[in-house]
Amino acid sequence: MTTDVHKKQIEQFLTFELANEVYGVEILKVQEIRGWEAVRVIPNAPSFIKGVLNLRGSVIPIVDLRERFSLEHCEYTHKTVVIVLCVKHHRTETFVMGIVADAVSDVLDIKLSEIKKAPNFGSQLDTRYMRGMHVYKKNMIMLLDVDKLLNPDELDGMDELADSISPDSEDFL
Amino acid sequence: MSIDMSQFHQVFFEECFEGLEAMESGLLSLDIGDIDSEVINTIFRAAHSIKGGSGTFGFTVVAEYTHIMETLLDEMRDGRRQVTKPAVDVLLGSVDCLREMLTSIQNEEDVNMESAAQHQAALEMELNGTAGGGEHTAAPVHAAPIVVVVEAEPEEEVVVDEEQGWKIAFCPYLSLLKTGNDPVRLFRELSGLGELTTNVNIQDVPPFAELDPEECNISWELKLVSDATEAAVREIFSWVEEDCALELAPLAKPKKIKKPKPAAAPAPVVETAAPVVATESAPVVAAKKAAPTESDPSKNAPKASSSIRVDTDKIDTLINMVGEVVITQSMLGLIGENFTMDKVGQLKRGLAQLERHTRDLQQSVMNIRMLPISFVFSRFPRLVHDISTQLHKKITLKLVGENTEVDKAVVELINDPLVHLIRNSLDHGIEMPAERVAAGKPEMGTIELKAYHRGGHIVIEIVDDGRGMDKAKLLAKAIEKGLVEESTIMSDKQILELIFMPGFSTAEKLTDISGRGVGMDVVRRNIQSLGGNIDIISELGKGSTIAIHLPLTLAILDGQSVAVGDETYIVPLVSIIESINITEKMLNKVAGKGETFKLRNEYLPIIRMREIFNVKSGNATKSNEGVIVVVEGQGALCGFLVDELLGQQQVVIKSLEANYRRVEGVSGATILGDGSVALILDVPGLVRLSVR
Repeated sequence: MTTDVHKKQIEQFLTFELANEVYGVEILKVQEIRGWEAVRVIPNAPSFIKGVLNLRGSVIPIVDLRERFSLEHCEYTHKTVVIVLCVKHHRTETFVMGIVADAVSDVLDIKLSEIKKAPNFGSQLDTRYMRGMHVYKKNMIMLLDVDKLLNPDELDGMDELADSISPDSEDFL
Repeated sequence: MSIDMSQFHQVFFEECFEGLEAMESGLLSLDIGDIDSEVINTIFRAAHSIKGGSGTFGFTVVAEYTHIMETLLDEMRDGRRQVTKPAVDVLLGSVDCLREMLTSIQNEEDVNMESAAQHQAALEMELNGTAGGGEHTAAPVHAAPIVVVVEAEPEEEVVVDEEQGWKIAFCPYLSLLKTGNDPVRLFRELSGLGELTTNVNIQDVPPFAELDPEECNISWELKLVSDATEAAVREIFSWVEEDCALELAPLAKPKKIKKPKPAAAPAPVVETAAPVVATESAPVVAAKKAAPTESDPSKNAPKASSSIRVDTDKIDTLINMVGEVVITQSMLGLIGENFTMDKVGQLKRGLAQLERHTRDLQQSVMNIRMLPISFVFSRFPRLVHDISTQLHKKITLKLVGENTEVDKAVVELINDPLVHLIRNSLDHGIEMPAERVAAGKPEMGTIELKAYHRGGHIVIEIVDDGRGMDKAKLLAKAIEKGLVEESTIMSDKQILELIFMPGFSTAEKLTDISGRGVGMDVVRRNIQSLGGNIDIISELGKGSTIAIHLPLTLAILDGQSVAVGDETYIVPLVSIIESINITEKMLNKVAGKGETFKLRNEYLPIIRMREIFNVKSGNATKSNEGVIVVVEGQGALCGFLVDELLGQQQVVIKSLEANYRRVEGVSGATILGDGSVALILDVPGLVRLSVR
């Protein structure tokens, strides 16, 4: 079946809304979608990591994409969803993480040829996490590269950055 | 065909090692003198099945070797041959040799034929009855484990026979590894030319913080006994010519290499690696560093097998339990389908049943991970036998409670500390026979190794009837080393605890068995990392008892939940000393910053959980009163200021790293009764964090 899809060069994407924009992630990465529920805060974590959640016995971190993309914050409502994703790291390790989105919209079949490369915004916008853009019914969908976006090293990297700014970073270890 | 066979290799090796263990314990019981034909039969059977198996799988070396052992055993079995101590020693040596052969084969390496041949010769000598006194045969056998090639190549030998060969100074540049070259491979090739001795120089290895694992900071001095030409040797190095400084000198002048630095090298390497593993989770780096230095005599640590043998009974119980749970679940489903209030009683009963079944199920699953402690204990009779012979002491080892079950992870991790403690007892605890007789004790010393359950813990005790510890001497030593102030008044227990201080060793002379002063603190750290603790009771002249308390499993922990703002944290119960209700006024500030609390004439540093974890939630106004949880971490007391204590409970430990990463000050997470997550505090880590 998958090979069939491959032949036609079509991939399925799950789209969701975030501050009135539409984003998409590969559906094969999506493990499940669940409603927002309170999480346990992790001390001294970057602000976009809301905390950790109990997903049937394993503890998974939840990333708020609004904060990750520096969008304005909004209250979590009953429509707010958590999309649980399987993130591949270094090809072998897999991590399970959740992202908070305003709402889930649709599942789309997108031809690979119809995915446009994300334009270069220069330093204003980091497009590393973008797989590309797709126009669907005149709406633009930003397709995210989950593995890069939720790369655990990247989460570390952000933290180190914060550390290097703080003055007392020498006495590490 | 060979492909088909290889899938059975793992099973074959497992069975072989089991057989070897059976042989070993059988031989050790023979050692005492009375000949039990049943025991000889057991040993014979084990040898026979190893021979059969290795023949089937085409490991002819092993098969041939075992055949000779078998012949010897066969004669013993038929009573045609006396069971003598030398014979048993030779057989024990052969068991070691077989184990090494099998390990090499398992790791797909070449079998060290040299030591095998040596053992084989000893065996044959024993078999042909030419062995005059056993000492003869036993001596070379014992000196022959594979590592010898590195370690004990005695200098005299160099002087005695004029060896032909090369002395090679091999000093790779930092970039050697980056070019894809592996020194180990070079050494392996060199050893193909002749007998190779390696000496490693690790002076230039930088401290861990600056260490780049991709750089090769090690250099080697190699001695190759071979008739190979210079060109042949240089050819081996031709690939790395540009990445190293290479010096070749003929070996003819033995004087020059009188002291090619004794092979102390492997030991310090391991030591530098050890703290690396302990402090940072970077075993990969450590392994990388250690691997090339161990060089070609490859005594690789056997791969930790991740499989586990489970009693069929345990699995049957588990299946029964699951069946019960399914039945209860469908019953509850029926009740829920058209629920009316009059069914509440039924529902409650169902839920109670479900709870019971779930608890049972959890227990049976945990049971699967449980192994009898005899897995660890069974290695010790051999250890005691070997070391007591070496020390000329007479010691018996008694094992009690071998069937006590512990978690597999505990079994794996407790071995090294136990070996250390037993060696200590053998070396320092038990006196020489003459000394014992003079003190009015039986000549034969006894070490007892006990395991039993108490509460939710397993207790392992090592009891010896040796000389015990001299508290006055301990204290004097500690003062001399500057570990304690002279004026300190210490209880007996505190004095005994001194031996756990880093760098403390009272041994008058260092032996290779113990007394390096790096032991006991490591032992204690290992045990604490397993969530356990260690106690000593000792009476001068009568002996010592060392008791290790370990949690039954590493998957569950007794915790105290505490509230900080809206957050709930779990403090491991083992590290809590006490908890005190306080108000803000009871805290003192030192230099306006660090806070302390006066607890019975001692000043405790205070860590405010709210600040260190940046907790913003909850009402901060209440914070003028709270609870101080006094904990011990890193050997020092410390107080955690929290809002309130919630309750004690057993929690199942979940890894945060599995999906996220390590969090400073947090050792893991757990799931509370209401399904929410709580973080488990890493007490030593928090203490470190607060000092920063």
